[in-house]
Amino acid sequence: MTTTTTGGARPGATAPPGPAAKAKAKARHDGHGVRGSTRTFWLFAGPFLAGLLLFVYVPVGWSFYLSLFQAQNTVAPTKFVGLDNYADILTEGPFTDSLWTFTLFALIVVPLTYVLALALALLVHRISVARAFFRSVFFIPTACSYVVASMVWKLSIFNGVRFGLANTVLGWFGIEPIAWIGTVSPPWYWMVLVTLRLWLQLGFYMILFLAALQQIPKELYEAAWTDGARPGWQTFRHITLPQLRTTSVAVVLLMLIAAYQAFDEFYNLLPNTPYARPPLVYLYYTALGQGQDFGHGSAGALVLSALITMVTLLQGRIFGFGKADR
Amino acid sequence: MATSSTTHVRGRPRTVSERAGSVALYTVAVVVALLFLVPFYLLIRNSLATDADITGANWKFFPTVLHWENIPELFNDPAVPMARSMWNSLVVGVLGTAGQLLVCSLAGYALARVPYRHANKIFYAVLATLMIPSAVTFVPSFVLVSSLGWVSSLQGLIVPGLFSGFTAFLFRQYFLGFPKELEEAARIDGLGSWGTYWRIVVPNSTGFFSAIAVITFITNWNAFLWPLVIGQDQSSWTVQVALSTFTTAQTVNIHELFLAASVSILPLVLVFLFLQRYLVEGVAHTGIKG
Repeated sequence: MTTTTTGGARPGATAPPGPAAKAKAKARHDGHGVRGSTRTFWLFAGPFLAGLLLFVYVPVGWSFYLSLFQAQNTVAPTKFVGLDNYADILTEGPFTDSLWTFTLFALIVVPLTYVLALALALLVHRISVARAFFRSVFFIPTACSYVVASMVWKLSIFNGVRFGLANTVLGWFGIEPIAWIGTVSPPWYWMVLVTLRLWLQLGFYMILFLAALQQIPKELYEAAWTDGARPGWQTFRHITLPQLRTTSVAVVLLMLIAAYQAFDEFYNLLPNTPYARPPLVYLYYTALGQGQDFGHGSAGALVLSALITMVTLLQGRIFGFGKADR
Repeated sequence: MATSSTTHVRGRPRTVSERAGSVALYTVAVVVALLFLVPFYLLIRNSLATDADITGANWKFFPTVLHWENIPELFNDPAVPMARSMWNSLVVGVLGTAGQLLVCSLAGYALARVPYRHANKIFYAVLATLMIPSAVTFVPSFVLVSSLGWVSSLQGLIVPGLFSGFTAFLFRQYFLGFPKELEEAARIDGLGSWGTYWRIVVPNSTGFFSAIAVITFITNWNAFLWPLVIGQDQSSWTVQVALSTFTTAQTVNIHELFLAASVSILPLVLVFLFLQRYLVEGVAHTGIKG
């Protein structure tokens, strides 16, 4: 029931077999000997590895190749341009703008999601009556797709005219209707984007925190109370939070990756707007919109992959991600 | 688990301030729960309303009349390929999930249990693919799939998604912890690796398989970017692409759109209600999400 998951191998029972153990396993392996076990390996893993090669390694390699060429309206390269595609996207603006959009989005969404998901988990954890009901209510938005949620947000809640729910509620307090999506300044569309993602995601991370909270030994709290610590902020600060460290790191990493892959709600809420385009939306319009520029699109995709890999590795360094520390 | 984990010391009489705290706790819980339910309420309300009700100047929380005839209207409207796109989503969801489970669990088992000289190198090659976010590979994948002639086809929607490095990795981690004794007993009874896998390992792992299946199905059902990229003909739209096309471009009856959205989330709400145990377990075990 441990949440190792995103981390690397853990020591102990689940560790990969060392050389000695492996030799032993080989020796006693069902009488077919080494060759039989090689055949078994390929029988089991062959289809997966072939698929991985064809649908991951080949596309990434082909993409790198394409990124060095001009390839417009065709998936076959036409003219070798070296690193020009990279130079173009890094200097021309829309791509770097999209990186800033992503950065801003992540800076708003990640901390908010972290705090609110943890708060929800603590709430559900402390509730004893109807706990399953509340957990379900907070979790069930995960069933909705971004497409459906975008529709409700855009056409029903944050509709710019008076009949939107948000503007109706504001109207009760005598506040004028707000154009939530149509204008760049003030950038109210951030409110729409952020609340939508919070509604869809909080329940998922709440479940992760709940699982971790249930694993904290109760003796820790009892010991703290005997030592005079008061239930509340003190025990939360000195017991709960440190005990949640592994989960917190995993959650932040998952949230960062999820924010970075934002596409659905931007595409559905703000179609064809030049502002607030995160990287994937930019890539989509570059590679598959008018002009079908696969050269620039491939270059952008590779720069993005490199960035997310760097962030993942860096975060691993900083937080010791993947190391068992409990 | 239901009662014992409140932070009160049991047996201690509850003070007034504790009781006040618990009232506050439940008040917050109820208010937040209502907020979480509002979007669902709006979906259902707008599904059974007229356009005039939805866009009327005086916003009414409760519609005056429920228009159940909206439902046959939606499925008979030739402009909205609702039945077709639901069917596509179902096929992609079911076949994609079954295929991914089959391919990735076999690979995970081999990586965890079958001794092979180069297994470590291969494992690292699988891990390396986790570093590349799948959403970013849509440009090269589109290039590949279109050169295979698979654009707007079901195989184009399903096949590229089957080979998930992450799912294979999860299965490997799971099989590393699978009790060896069970497999050894099967060996002694004369079963080979293939027989052991299907007759001993899989039947004893239904919980894990169910959890991954539920999560994979939900991910497939809600997927948007790849179906949007690959579904260029209306005949290959999934329900997410169909809905998005109506909100972003065409003009369609608003109530029909909301009804279509409600219908599209119905299968997942059912999955949530009936398989929640597996789902919560799966999320808690793996922390994955598509």
